[in-house]
Amino acid sequence: MSQNDLNQQIILNDVSKFYGEVLGINRVNLSIPPGVTSLVGPNGSGKSTLLNLLTGLLRPTQGTIRILGTEPSDSQELFRKVGYCTQFDAFPKGLTGYHFIYSYLRLYGHNHVKSEELTWKALEQVKLSDAANRKVAGYSKGMRQRIKLAQSICHQPSVLILDEPLNGLDPMARAEIISLFQELGDSGLHVLISSHILHEVDMISDQVILLDGGYVVAEGEIRGVRSEVQEHPIQVLIRCDNPSLAASRLFEQDHVVEAKIHEDDGGVLIRTRDADRFYTLLNRIVLDNNLKIESVAPADEDVQSVYEYLIGGDGGASK
Amino acid sequence: MNAETQEPTFVDRLKATPWSLWTQQVLSILRLELKKTVMGRRFIGTVILAGIPVFLFFLRTLVDVPEEAVQSLGGSAVIFAAIFRTFIIRLIVFFGCVFVFSNLIRGDILEKTIHFYFLAPVKREVLAVGKFVSGVSTTGILFSLMTLFAFFLHYLPAGPGEMQKFFVNGPGFFHLAGYLVVIWVACIGYGAVFLLMGMLFRNPIIPAILILGWESINFLLPAMLKKISIIYYLESLCPVPLPPGPITLLADPAPIWVSIPGLLVVTVLILVIAGIKLRGMEISYSSD
Repeated sequence: MSQNDLNQQIILNDVSKFYGEVLGINRVNLSIPPGVTSLVGPNGSGKSTLLNLLTGLLRPTQGTIRILGTEPSDSQELFRKVGYCTQFDAFPKGLTGYHFIYSYLRLYGHNHVKSEELTWKALEQVKLSDAANRKVAGYSKGMRQRIKLAQSICHQPSVLILDEPLNGLDPMARAEIISLFQELGDSGLHVLISSHILHEVDMISDQVILLDGGYVVAEGEIRGVRSEVQEHPIQVLIRCDNPSLAASRLFEQDHVVEAKIHEDDGGVLIRTRDADRFYTLLNRIVLDNNLKIESVAPADEDVQSVYEYLIGGDGGASK
Repeated sequence: MNAETQEPTFVDRLKATPWSLWTQQVLSILRLELKKTVMGRRFIGTVILAGIPVFLFFLRTLVDVPEEAVQSLGGSAVIFAAIFRTFIIRLIVFFGCVFVFSNLIRGDILEKTIHFYFLAPVKREVLAVGKFVSGVSTTGILFSLMTLFAFFLHYLPAGPGEMQKFFVNGPGFFHLAGYLVVIWVACIGYGAVFLLMGMLFRNPIIPAILILGWESINFLLPAMLKKISIIYYLESLCPVPLPPGPITLLADPAPIWVSIPGLLVVTVLILVIAGIKLRGMEISYSSD
């Protein structure tokens, strides 16, 4: 990998963090490209430890970290590139939402005019302009979450690190914020999201990192991670005009372990151990039986399914 | 010559250096900290502390003052010098600095707000300087006002005529300026020490009491040990010398060109240690 490529990625090389004898994370090797990456795992899996290591709030016991070529200990350089929306819900006393963002931008080094302009832009992005002049201490949980988000994006970073950014947001605000993340990810930013709300981050994630007990269980594109989980049959949802016929024909095959009519009677959910043979077979069945296919889509190539298969249960993940 | 090919000016070059950014960051921290300090509960305690000498001097103006004290402003100057050294500097300024400086960083850790600064593109060393400057500004202004009021209230019973003579034709303004310099140097010296103590100790009041003990017995120490204290240099700067007590071990006062630069060098060294300590600090108030 060239130096230029290294400077475009978030790289963790054999990183471990121990709190005394307690394991935070162990021997983590990651190379995170641009786009939206979900960091998922049960409580205590090391998600926040990993994010705090990436942002220099913690120092690794061993290993090295580079964020677009910068060491996390170089805070002056790091936070020109990185915005971090933490879980910490405490704010400097007496500040209004406006001053919270404005002060951050002044610390960044912007002059008054530029700071003011960027402050209003960030407040607008998180829909907090109306509450800008109210004290942060009087904000609701959702508003505090949004002002933290505004702070993390106000200086237009290349890397956005978000620790449970959807906590406390109502459904409407969640949808808006998720769409903002997607927009930022599409524009070439690194967006790293740790969240329990798997089905929502799943909609926008390009990559996933699964953590459990301080170890990386799996990482990569969601489809790739899913295909590596051999012991769980792949699920495919086929929407067609005659689901019963499709189900009976498909279930005759030895690699198809389950064929279930969808709740709305408009399709059939297949579980198969051999995806390649299944797709070849499907073409023949469709032609032989003159089925009209509306759509064929994987039903478990998502963060939630991968999480359940690799970590087990819903691991505290809530929908 | 085309504007695009013009040589950068000195100001342009200065703006391009990290010092320009660091200065702006220190000023931003100063603004933020002054706002936080003035709104904080601890500051009320410091204001009350600073108000004690002013209140006592005010009470003194209400009671009868001995004739000779009014007529001899020279004697009165020695009384003020004694009060300034033993009460104002050793207790009021000392404990004021303990309250303000030991909480500058420790307070943010206890309130779980230090991450605001740690997540900003600011070197931790610059943060230490910014916090220190804000502490010096707060205590310097507060204790200067205290000294100013106490000084005038002390001489008020002498009447306007005597006061005019003392301030216009006599050493009044020189004394006042000297005391104000001592106040600012005390805030700088004690401030740096207690900023560091607040970072090193869970309960900084214990080392503060030990330091107070050391400073209090300074007059009993041999000349060499006297110099390992802040009070020795502060007393050397005081404009009115006091007669030594019966058990005082004498030592020459440090000249002004040693006292001020010496304390400033020590302050810088302490700030370097505080910066290094802050650079290695981790935030551990989160849970996964």
